[in-house]
Amino acid sequence: MTWSMLFFVLVGAVSLAAAAGVVLSRQPVHSALFLLTNFATLAVLYVTLEAQFLAAAQVIIYAGGIVILILFVIMLIGGETNDFVARQRSWTRGVALGLGILLLASLSYSVLQGFAQPPGDVAAMQGGIPEALGQTLFTQYLLPFELASILLLVALLGALVLGRHGTVAHTGSRPASPPAEGDD
Amino acid sequence: MLQLAWLLLAFPAAGAVINTFFGHRFSKPTIGWIASGTVAASFIVALGLLLSLLGLPGEERVVTLPLWEWITIGDFRVPAGLLIDPLSVTMALVVTGVGALIHVYAIGYMFEDERFQRFFVYLNFFVFAMLILVMSDSFLGMYVGWEGVGLASYLLIGFWFDKRDDTYGYYADAGKKAFLVNRVGDFGMALAIMILWTSLGSVTFLEVFQAAPAGLSSGLATVIALLLLLAATGKSAQIPLYVWLPDAMAGPTPVSALIHAATMVTAGIYMIARTHALWELGPSAANLAAWIGGLTALMAATIALVQVDLKKILAYSTISQLGYMVMGVGVGAYAFGIFHLVTHAFFKALLFLAAGNVMHGLHGELDIRKMGGLREKMPTTYRLFLIGALALAGFPLMSGFFSKDGILLNVFGHSPLLYFIGLFTALLTAVYSFRAVFVPFWGQPRDRKLHEQAHESPPIMTRPLWVLAILAIVGGVLNLPFVLTLERWLEPAVGEPSFHPSLGLEMGLLLVSAVVALAGIYLAYARYVKESGWARSLQDALGPIRPLVEHKYYVDELYDLAIVQPLKALARWFAEVFDPGIIDGSVRLIGHANLAAGERLRRLHNGLVPTYALSIFVGVVVLVMYLVFG
Amino acid sequence: MVPTSYYLILSAMIFAIGAVGVLVRRNALIILMCVEMMLNSVNLTLIALSRQWGNLTGQVFVFMIMAVAAAEVAVGLAILIANTRHRESINIDEIHLLKW
Repeated sequence: MTWSMLFFVLVGAVSLAAAAGVVLSRQPVHSALFLLTNFATLAVLYVTLEAQFLAAAQVIIYAGGIVILILFVIMLIGGETNDFVARQRSWTRGVALGLGILLLASLSYSVLQGFAQPPGDVAAMQGGIPEALGQTLFTQYLLPFELASILLLVALLGALVLGRHGTVAHTGSRPASPPAEGDD
Repeated sequence: MLQLAWLLLAFPAAGAVINTFFGHRFSKPTIGWIASGTVAASFIVALGLLLSLLGLPGEERVVTLPLWEWITIGDFRVPAGLLIDPLSVTMALVVTGVGALIHVYAIGYMFEDERFQRFFVYLNFFVFAMLILVMSDSFLGMYVGWEGVGLASYLLIGFWFDKRDDTYGYYADAGKKAFLVNRVGDFGMALAIMILWTSLGSVTFLEVFQAAPAGLSSGLATVIALLLLLAATGKSAQIPLYVWLPDAMAGPTPVSALIHAATMVTAGIYMIARTHALWELGPSAANLAAWIGGLTALMAATIALVQVDLKKILAYSTISQLGYMVMGVGVGAYAFGIFHLVTHAFFKALLFLAAGNVMHGLHGELDIRKMGGLREKMPTTYRLFLIGALALAGFPLMSGFFSKDGILLNVFGHSPLLYFIGLFTALLTAVYSFRAVFVPFWGQPRDRKLHEQAHESPPIMTRPLWVLAILAIVGGVLNLPFVLTLERWLEPAVGEPSFHPSLGLEMGLLLVSAVVALAGIYLAYARYVKESGWARSLQDALGPIRPLVEHKYYVDELYDLAIVQPLKALARWFAEVFDPGIIDGSVRLIGHANLAAGERLRRLHNGLVPTYALSIFVGVVVLVMYLVFG
Repeated sequence: MVPTSYYLILSAMIFAIGAVGVLVRRNALIILMCVEMMLNSVNLTLIALSRQWGNLTGQVFVFMIMAVAAAEVAVGLAILIANTRHRESINIDEIHLLKW
């Protein structure tokens, strides 16, 4: 057990614990905080994987943007529901768990079969510093980059439209009382 | 003329078709005369064929007239054609000749009936089918005719299908019984034909008989012959399949005369004579046939002795006489069997039609216990009936005497025991025949009112009978002892006779038959006219077995218990349990399964997004697992 | 050096946990968080494989994913808020107007 291996195991354990915490917490705020932890640990792992820029981006975008957004929305609309699963769908709990285990098993099996060889030319990645990434991004993958920017623009506009009060879809009468609950 | 032999079949067919489609426009006499005319025309064609054959030298008197290629399936080739030889021409003459006379009689007999037209269509159809049976050149053609006459029989027996009485039950049931019992026999014939084809590769008579000695082992030939015997016992009313014939008396009397005395029931004997080559290869089957014939003759004669319905006496008499014929062909005396077939056609048709006259004159009454002294009220009918009875009893020099004696002679050569059975039966035959003469026609009337109403029949119902009466008297000339015209005539078809009795034996047995016939007539006279003490004591001595005989040895009851009831129970099970439960059930199950599956599957669409997400996830996992492990 | 397969398995675990979370939780916000977690696990996979093959294509891909994820969160949250104008709850079991 080398130092790097030990480091990986520790960080990975924290990451997993945080992931479990997201799923299992009763309060949404707790889930958000666990999510934050998960993102942070992933950023650390990125550094060990020669992706320094992305590690930084992870922290900025995910931890600093998305989690904040989520916390804001929690604050706005509460999110009080705290039963895990509706009475109607209680059977899905077991099924989902089973499927999750199956998925994990399959993926692990495939990974263990496939990745025997050692990593390739790491030096060419130059540790994932912004310069290196930028080189690839603005030469080879320029088109996706431009498309991504258009996507962000569209998202921006969308969020704006949806966020407005009294938009066309919502004026007029409220819908009638909701139909009876479906049975499972 | 030989090339026009198909006209033989065409005439009755045309008669049936014309009467079917145009009969409603004709008057009743017209319908009747059209039908009779077509059969008479066929008779003339048959005469023509006879003359044509006589014009040919002996060995060439076997002519095939091909009509068309009937069945061609790979190797299975069956051409449709007619076989014109002495045997088929003899049969055709009998069928059309006696048939034409009966048609004429029926014009008078059925005149009051509202389904007059239908009757004559059926009668013509019957003649058509019977001619197919006797003229066909292949087993399969004969089978077509065989089935056809069975159908005609069913239709005609149950002609008054809405009637019911105590003697016959539901008339429609009688038709059913005839058809179903015959079916058993037909099954035997069908199997025999199939075996013949698989072993010899042909079903044409001439080809089969040619190939048989080499191609069939004795055992196989015996099997085939036994199956044919089964068919014969069905059609010709022998043990074990005779039970339909007494019930068939529910049909109109002309039907009884034509089908159940003269023609259809003789089909079995014809068939055996035709296929004699096979019987000669399987002698044990022929022997069995002879014994069945003999025992049937005896049994039926005993039952006839105690019957009170005039037609039923004649019915059992027919079964008994058919037994003689089967005995004859069983021991190899094919010519004599056919001879008796011919003479029997004459006198039995005569007897039935005369009984029809009695019935007509007494407005449907047939119970002889209610009759008496009818010879005063119906003298012509009495004389006709008497002639028939004399022929039946075997009174010396009548036709029946020669034909019956001829059979007994040949039986003696085969088995003396069987001969004595036949001889004893001849005694009984004479007794019951004259019982049927003395009780209704002689003595004092037993029912005054009935006697008052009795009247003679019109000429249309007596003149055809005179023709038959004359034939019954002189018919013996067809095959007189030592002259043996018919036997020589039939040789190209049935082969040479194997039994050549000595002069002394022949004369001796002839004498014995004469004595027996006269003794029987005297016995009947003693018991029923003079009512002598010794005759009565004889009858009383036989008292204990009387109930058994009166109930026809309980054979019908036995069949009902052993066969009919189980089959009905099986049918009921199928109708009430199997069909609604299993067949309907499985169809309904499909419907149910669909509905149930739909009911379950619709729950997938419950409108809840998480459920849909789960479905997606299931798909993903399945896909991943397939890619990883598959 | 930690073998690539370890990272991949870790990623698979996070992904599985996230998937179960999506299916099991009723709170729409938490479901959104789980989705983000799943996206992140994919990011981890891509970066690990990028190192395995020794070029930066994987990292570029991750870059794109991050952009998309951000956009998606923004829009998703906006939808959620719009939805709560009509219905107090963000319980996804009560958003069933798709049902017959």
